[in-house]
Amino acid sequence: MNIIQLWIEKHLKYIFTLPSVLFVLIMIVFPVGYTAYLSFFDWSMSSVSPPKWVFLDNFKKIFFDDPRFWPAFFRTFYFTILAVVTQTVLGVAIALLFFRNFKGSNLVKTLFLLPMVSTPVAIGLVWLLIFEPSIGFANQFLGYFGIDPQLWIASPKQALPAIAMVDTWQWTPMITLITLAGLSQLPNENYEAAAVDGANAWQIFWKITLPLMAPTIFAAVLLRSIDAVKHFDLIYAMTQGGPGYATETLNIYGFANGFQYFKLGYTSAILMVFFMIVLIMSCLILIFRKKTEVTL
Amino acid sequence: MKHKRRMELIRYILIAFVSVVFLFPFVWMIIASLKNQAQIMSTDSIFIFTPSFKNYTEVFAQYDFIKFIVNSFIVAFASTVLGLVLGLPAAYAIAKYKLHKFGIIILIARIIPGISFMIPWFIIFSKLGLVDTYTALTLSHMLVGLPFIIWIMISSFEALPQELEDSARVDGCTLQGAFFRVLLPLVSPGIITASMMSFILSWNNFMFALVLAGDDTKTLPIAVFNFISYSEINWGALMAAAVIITLPILIISLLLQRYIVSGITSGAVKG
Repeated sequence: MNIIQLWIEKHLKYIFTLPSVLFVLIMIVFPVGYTAYLSFFDWSMSSVSPPKWVFLDNFKKIFFDDPRFWPAFFRTFYFTILAVVTQTVLGVAIALLFFRNFKGSNLVKTLFLLPMVSTPVAIGLVWLLIFEPSIGFANQFLGYFGIDPQLWIASPKQALPAIAMVDTWQWTPMITLITLAGLSQLPNENYEAAAVDGANAWQIFWKITLPLMAPTIFAAVLLRSIDAVKHFDLIYAMTQGGPGYATETLNIYGFANGFQYFKLGYTSAILMVFFMIVLIMSCLILIFRKKTEVTL
Repeated sequence: MKHKRRMELIRYILIAFVSVVFLFPFVWMIIASLKNQAQIMSTDSIFIFTPSFKNYTEVFAQYDFIKFIVNSFIVAFASTVLGLVLGLPAAYAIAKYKLHKFGIIILIARIIPGISFMIPWFIIFSKLGLVDTYTALTLSHMLVGLPFIIWIMISSFEALPQELEDSARVDGCTLQGAFFRVLLPLVSPGIITASMMSFILSWNNFMFALVLAGDDTKTLPIAVFNFISYSEINWGALMAAAVIITLPILIISLLLQRYIVSGITSGAVKG
């Protein structure tokens, strides 16, 4: 071994990790710092008027004087809770349905993967056609049961739940997949004991399966929640925040401010608030991770 | 016994129902892509019609979809390869030296909302003249793929027995030699999973390309999104475009489903 090889070997730890760490620093840490810095300025990306230092004025305006911020804030959590709760309940139920082997189970489980990998924008536009009030299949389907046609995406009330439904269609399989993986690792003894005691399927589910599965399901729920809070693709592709502002979540609102109105200073302040929200959620995850010993 | 058989029947009906619901949008997308505008607009015969591939020829002839496919492929391929170059050694070092702090940094990269660094990127890439180049898109997409690559590969490397490395060392391999010649080939299933995740995430990415791509580098999600900015939506062509984007991913996923499952569940299930 020559001296260079020895040197490399001795410092391998750093040589191997440094490129990734540098990349993350340059691409994330520095830009987030820059966003934080810009949040104290009033700036519209024009070369004529340079950034003007306004300190906390942007934040004051966001919290006390912005008619679109708080609605977007609550909408973000409304969407997240609606989507994640629905897909968790459905996902666990479908996992229980799929768990014992059945004819064609491999095929069904494989096909069940497809919503997760398909391009959200493309899928969003397919659902846009399905929800189309006059020609869409959703209203025709309701018609089979004698239910009046709905406005779906075109209605301020129904638009966000409709998008949450699409998100549910796309991500329920993930909860199912994770739950199935967890179910296959459950110890058998508890079930045998329960069977001896004459417990029925319903009792076994609530008393044994669910408590044992809770950490796994919880990890999946947290992962999904973070992604749902950040959700962008489906909403932007289907409604761009409309009708009116009915589907404008924080991510969409930030995007509109930054890249449609080019209010870069103000947007940076909004994004810092958003960033803090996601960061707090992530810290909660790390705390829970230690408690439940789930690897994230 | 009769009760049990009836329960089984109900179970099969439910499974069939769930499968139909989850596959329906794909079926609908394909059906609509084979219809003309008038057939889509009419609600009489939904499933019975004369299929035509006119929408597909239109998408390629009128909207230059070949270029968008090439763009998407270049960016997804480049960001995946570069992600592997950065991520494989990092994952190995994190697994070998138990650098869990680094693992958390990677976790943060996965968690931070992409939009919170979009403004600085946009400013900096504009100043460097990199907006509407493959470089900017590749760099931004790497950021999405890299955390998954490192994440998946850490557990692959951790699963390897230490003796493998030790015996390579006894045979006179350097540590880096053992990594490249002995360990990397052994984690190739993990590499396939990681590459697929990274490729799919890049292929599907919308927000970064929305800001950083221009006419020369427009990727497929942007191209299909632009369809709805016309006053009257050409639904047939839009659905054909949606099929063109999703079909490659669906086919790859069906062929390599084993790898996809471990990729998607990584991060939530102990590997």
